[in-house]
Amino acid sequence: MSTVVATPRPTDALEPAPVRRPRKRWTRFILPVFTLGMIFYLAFPVFVMILYSFNVLSTTGESIRQNPQFTCCTVEWWRTMFAVPSLNHAIVTSIEIAILASLFATVLGTFLGLVLGRYSFKGRGLTNFVIFLAIAVPEIVLGSSLLSLFVQVNTQKPGGFSIPLGFVSILLSHIAFSIAFVAITVRARVQGLDMTLENAAQDLFASPRVAFFKVTFPLILPGIVAGFLLAFVLSLDDFVITNFVSGTTLTFPLWVYGAVRLGVPPQVNVWGTVLFLAGVLTAGIQVLRARRSETAIERNEEIEDVGPTHIDISDRALGGTS
Amino acid sequence: MSQATADVPGLAPDDIDRPPARQGERALARRRRGAAYGMLGPGGIYLILFFVVPLIIIVQTSLSSSDLFAGGGRLQFDWNWSNYHTAITGYWEYYLRSIMYAGIATVLCIGLAYPMAYWIAFYGGRWKATLFMLILVPFFVSFVIRTVQWNFILGTNGLLLTPLKSWHILPQDFVVLKTPGAVIAGITYNFMPFAALPLYVALERIDRGLVEAAKDLYSSPSVAFRKVVLPLSYPGIFAAVILTFVPATGDYVNAQVLGGTGTTMIGQIIQTFFLVRHNYAVAAAMSVVLMLGMLVLAILYARALGTEDSTLAAGAGG
Repeated sequence: MSTVVATPRPTDALEPAPVRRPRKRWTRFILPVFTLGMIFYLAFPVFVMILYSFNVLSTTGESIRQNPQFTCCTVEWWRTMFAVPSLNHAIVTSIEIAILASLFATVLGTFLGLVLGRYSFKGRGLTNFVIFLAIAVPEIVLGSSLLSLFVQVNTQKPGGFSIPLGFVSILLSHIAFSIAFVAITVRARVQGLDMTLENAAQDLFASPRVAFFKVTFPLILPGIVAGFLLAFVLSLDDFVITNFVSGTTLTFPLWVYGAVRLGVPPQVNVWGTVLFLAGVLTAGIQVLRARRSETAIERNEEIEDVGPTHIDISDRALGGTS
Repeated sequence: MSQATADVPGLAPDDIDRPPARQGERALARRRRGAAYGMLGPGGIYLILFFVVPLIIIVQTSLSSSDLFAGGGRLQFDWNWSNYHTAITGYWEYYLRSIMYAGIATVLCIGLAYPMAYWIAFYGGRWKATLFMLILVPFFVSFVIRTVQWNFILGTNGLLLTPLKSWHILPQDFVVLKTPGAVIAGITYNFMPFAALPLYVALERIDRGLVEAAKDLYSSPSVAFRKVVLPLSYPGIFAAVILTFVPATGDYVNAQVLGGTGTTMIGQIIQTFFLVRHNYAVAAAMSVVLMLGMLVLAILYARALGTEDSTLAAGAGG
């Protein structure tokens, strides 16, 4: 440094420091290429699943199993997707349980999330802790605990009451682990909400009930819908807990797991693809709706030219969905 | 607000006449507390019945003796600590193996997810949300199906090894399935979103201005990353480690589908004791040991990271 001060340098010394020059080296391609590689790697089993749902298999009959030899292409498995009766039954069971479990969990979890997000009351910390624990506990511990509960109830039969392992025990278990996820989704939404909006509604002579249903409820609805979808997916996908409490009832994941040893029939690829596409479609619709309501708000801002505080509130309220 | 209400036309004066604010607020608070407990009720009771009570029952079961003659289900609670003795002395190596597999998988998950999350969060531009969605979309396929597909892909005559062997890149007797590597790879794949999500959220939140400021103060990009971005992403890394490591240790699907006889994890042992041997007492003890072990490790980790965090922060400041 002292040499620079001692001897006056020509003007090129005033050019920006070399560290600020944009990187032109080949290394700038490392991260994007890596990211694309990762996306490919993560999607690879899904590609294989979709591709092999169109695979031509030489053998026919009851013992058709997936074969690594790929021959293009047939819609035979899509045409006969209902041809495996026990698989159909498992899928119907899975969907029934997922619908019922996510509905119950959404109602129970929404109230919990609402209470935790809005009110301070005795036992709030404890409730938050239980909900955290319900998410953090390893699934195998939750599954074995629930099985212990059902076994105890069924051997001691308090008041002649028992919960046979099967549809009901799976449903009860799925509700149990979904509630916490709905609760935190709704809680996050409620906490992001500006309470002054509801106060403003009440200042404008809305009764608390009207203020809640006309202002607060529509604003937290995306959180409730997200919680419902999360609960639905978790229930549909759950293997570990279900495996503990299912008895002899089979859900879709249990059926596939049971079929691995012999090799899964190609219909599993078809059903996997169908459920995958349904999931992608639902997520896509959710994202599009969130984006549309955001642009609608932006347009409102332009027309009505409301103050910056209002923009701030609506942005924050919608932040969760995008 | 009072200005706004006064401006509303057609309002009778007594509509504006309200009780004094303080008294009203107190009544409101009381009513709200009542409402809070009322709304807490159903969900809270459900969680007590089907989450808290089962945890108590599993602890109770783990301290019971099973009367095998009256069927495995008959359990007598008598502070039988020998179940824990059996669980730990007989099966400690499975706990250790599970922790090792889950540990390696967690490191791999974060090592792979971090650069990806970093690039998307910092350079994704308007494709940010789409790119991140592309990472999550494969996980819309059921966990079991994904694992089964890897079993299919990595099979000895599967679509990955067959070409590599026929081109003599790999020896003919090369296998992936039934090795520890296959189980660790399966866990890494399946738990990737649990690492990617918190990392992305933490990185996305970092103020780009801070990085610019570091560069303005003549730090090279790598120094700016090390001293600004990395420390600010510690909460994300912390969450990613917990969210990946804890469920991965208890996982048994990957070990069952992709592993062999030498890769048995504690989850498989617990599952066998519960569902095949119906030895509920020892199985419950194993579950409790796993749960408490995870809790202790998580607390120790939180402590260790806490001190490390402050020293690094001090180092960055100096």
